[in-house]
Amino acid sequence: MADLEITFCGVKSPNPFWLASAPPANTGGQVMRAFDAGWGGAVWKTLGDPITNVSSRFGGIDYANARMMGLNNIELITDRPLEVNLKEMYEVKKRYPKHTLVASLMVETRENWREIIKKVEDVGSDLLELNFGCPHGMCERGMGSAVGQEPKVLEEITRWVVEEAKVPVIVKLTPNTGDINEPAEAAAKGGAHAISLINTIKSLIGVDLEKMVPTPRVATKSTNGGYCGPAVKPIALFMVSQVAKNELSGKLPISGIGGISNWRDAAEFIALGATSVQVCTAVMHYGYRIVEDMIEGLSDFLDSRGMKSVEELRGKALGSYVEWGELDLDYNIKAEINADTCIGCNLCYTACMDGAHQCIHIPGRTKEQSVAAGHYHIPDVVALTPVKVAGVPAGRFVPVVDEHECIGCNLCALVCPVPGTISMVERPGSLGKTETWNDRVAQGRDLNPGSLDSTVAKRAGR
Amino acid sequence: MRSLPVLPQLPDGRLEQGFHESKPAYNEAEAVTEANRCLYCVDAPCVKSCPTGIDIPNFIRKIATGNVKGAARTILAENILGYSCARVCPVEVLCAGGCVYNAWGRQPIAIGRLQRFATETTLSDGGLRKLYASKIKPRTGKRVALVGAGPASLAAAALLAMEGHESVIFERKRYAGGLNTLGIAPYKLKANDAMKEIAWIFELGAIELREGVEVVSGEAGEGQVSSAALLREFDAVFLGLGLGPDSKLHAKNEDGPGVYGAVDLIEKIKSDPALSLAGVTHALVIGGGNTAIDIAHELALLNVGDVAMVYRRGRDGMSAYAHEIEYGMKHGVRVLTDRVLTEVVRDGASKVTHAKLARAEGGKAVAGTEETVACQLIAMAIGQSRATDVAKAFDGVALDAQGRVVVDPGTHRTGNAKVWAGGDCVNGGTEVVNAAQEAKLAVRDMLRALAG
Repeated sequence: MADLEITFCGVKSPNPFWLASAPPANTGGQVMRAFDAGWGGAVWKTLGDPITNVSSRFGGIDYANARMMGLNNIELITDRPLEVNLKEMYEVKKRYPKHTLVASLMVETRENWREIIKKVEDVGSDLLELNFGCPHGMCERGMGSAVGQEPKVLEEITRWVVEEAKVPVIVKLTPNTGDINEPAEAAAKGGAHAISLINTIKSLIGVDLEKMVPTPRVATKSTNGGYCGPAVKPIALFMVSQVAKNELSGKLPISGIGGISNWRDAAEFIALGATSVQVCTAVMHYGYRIVEDMIEGLSDFLDSRGMKSVEELRGKALGSYVEWGELDLDYNIKAEINADTCIGCNLCYTACMDGAHQCIHIPGRTKEQSVAAGHYHIPDVVALTPVKVAGVPAGRFVPVVDEHECIGCNLCALVCPVPGTISMVERPGSLGKTETWNDRVAQGRDLNPGSLDSTVAKRAGR
Repeated sequence: MRSLPVLPQLPDGRLEQGFHESKPAYNEAEAVTEANRCLYCVDAPCVKSCPTGIDIPNFIRKIATGNVKGAARTILAENILGYSCARVCPVEVLCAGGCVYNAWGRQPIAIGRLQRFATETTLSDGGLRKLYASKIKPRTGKRVALVGAGPASLAAAALLAMEGHESVIFERKRYAGGLNTLGIAPYKLKANDAMKEIAWIFELGAIELREGVEVVSGEAGEGQVSSAALLREFDAVFLGLGLGPDSKLHAKNEDGPGVYGAVDLIEKIKSDPALSLAGVTHALVIGGGNTAIDIAHELALLNVGDVAMVYRRGRDGMSAYAHEIEYGMKHGVRVLTDRVLTEVVRDGASKVTHAKLARAEGGKAVAGTEETVACQLIAMAIGQSRATDVAKAFDGVALDAQGRVVVDPGTHRTGNAKVWAGGDCVNGGTEVVNAAQEAKLAVRDMLRALAG
């Protein structure tokens, strides 16, 4: 069994799975139950000056039969008295000394910061996380993402905190910014010891069309909130890898956050540079128990890859994340449909016709019918291969990929409901050599990719 | 012009009322969940498997998005009897049988139940009139006579009314709806629900029902109307005659109480409070088709202790759908193959006490192989005669060797240029959905003729 213990800014944690600063880490009782379930750490619900929360607070977005693909919230920081939180944090650390306790903080003045840092350090916090990310409510008071969106302010407050703090300082970034590199660099310049991201994305989750009020509704009104859950994972992965590749911020440990629901999500964040990961929505949906699968799955995965620790996985995929100009223009793949497993739904056909390059044909049509259907190139032979799987009515045929026109975009494979039925198969490239756009620019052959000129040149080369 | 409130209502106390639905209505959450399972296939096999060609993936997607009215419109555009068909269609061998999920080892989409949800939800609020509102064309003054008030004529009347043409439906029986009202197994569709659909159609206006009226050739007497009068007084005639009475086997002692035609017995279960099955512990159903399995299944569900289907050939020769036989057997129906009923045994009071069954080879009784089994009721489900007399009353209307009305398959026009026909009297007895499709084709052609 691979060792899941990590060291984050010198702080050891039994595993990389932490609760994010959110409702699941609201109270001592919750955090202790989470630790009992297996979570390695918890970032306490953000502490600061007292606020009043509203009801309701959450809005969800479903996709087909899946509930809460995305979640949005308009909840503010903790609404419990500071003394109560501090007492419970002390209790948690005393009873779970090996688990990682992170204090999430959001206050206004330098004096406020000094006071609260002292208090949370006194109760045994291993790390501080500065909440510069909250995109709703608090930012209207000049805190949260209002700080995260102003690199200079972010840098200055970070510097204050680092000067005061005895424990390492994590700066939590907001994704609501034009370029995540700017706040990440500001945090590094301010002396932050680590970066966590992403906080929630500024969002308005929906509109109640009966009442004509956006959701979640508070009496007769609503407000914008912070979006999270599985739907935001791709955005978070991008931003984490940006921060990890950045010359300044890339030297700092990263705690990855955003739509992580299982071990596989966690492994992806770690492979792109995260040291620990934080989870909120999946716990809000399914409870603390999901960590069992995360621990087991990540450990088995590391074993299967011959890795002895989480550290060995960290950043493994980062090197292969490059800018577009570094991609091999000669790489050539074509869709292949497995006639043994195709069920004849023709979803690949319609996706290719309307959303791609009109290269998948329904067999049995005349050339005229194919042209009328919208094809621009008709292959000489469109094979009539009956759908073979039992239970399909006679007269269904496996769609045919016109290799001449297939540009290897993946769309058909993505929409195919039967896993493994459409594969993208490598073919010899047309250039016969590896060449990137940057190579061409370097050589002065700088046709715009996809421009009319390049298309004409490509067609002429056929 | 008569409309719904005066349609005859079925009395209470009918055996049908005790049945439970085999496929209960979906609530909204159930419908949306099921709709979301649909792959939304292109050139979908379910559509190709539907005799009326409903754009099934499209209506299902509309249910998933909450556009239930739109879903109903998509259904009704191809099949104006979409509600009853949703409930009575053998979806297992039609749309759902074509679903690609079958090939993938998954449950096919419950298309019938989704179709019921869309049509029932939508039409319960104001029927076809509210749904189509301004799309219903103003009256043209053209009038069409429809003979028989079964599914074919009802579908035709609805489509004609949408185009502004008036219909008068002549029905021999007391209740409109034909087999939809009087012949569908109660666990699929009860008479009152069939009447509900008739009401949704009649709310279109422009449709008149004359029940208890027989169409005859020659001079019309009391309760009759002559074919000549119809041809004279109407701009077009549609024959939706259905089929005639149950056929007889002509076994010894067949005539008398306790032996019913299957269609007649089903009709009594559905509409006649006087029918009682008290004292019936053993019943035989003679035949191997869908009417046979229906009545056998119904008798089993009515707690007749022992119900046996008796068929003269092997299981492979039975024309009943496999899924219906299986479902009936689940509720206790026994299937006796290669047996022929040779004699009904009656006591002194003429009550059925036993039946004699002979072993059969190639569908024919083998002499000397008879056994006597106890039974108090026998249902004959060996087919129905044709309603040839009415068809023949119209000059130029021809019948084929099997007594079916001959029509042009594309237009459903008969040999008489003013007469169209559809449903069982044309196809020899298939599904309600076929009647709906044939009525659709007939009306399309009729519209061209009426416009000319």
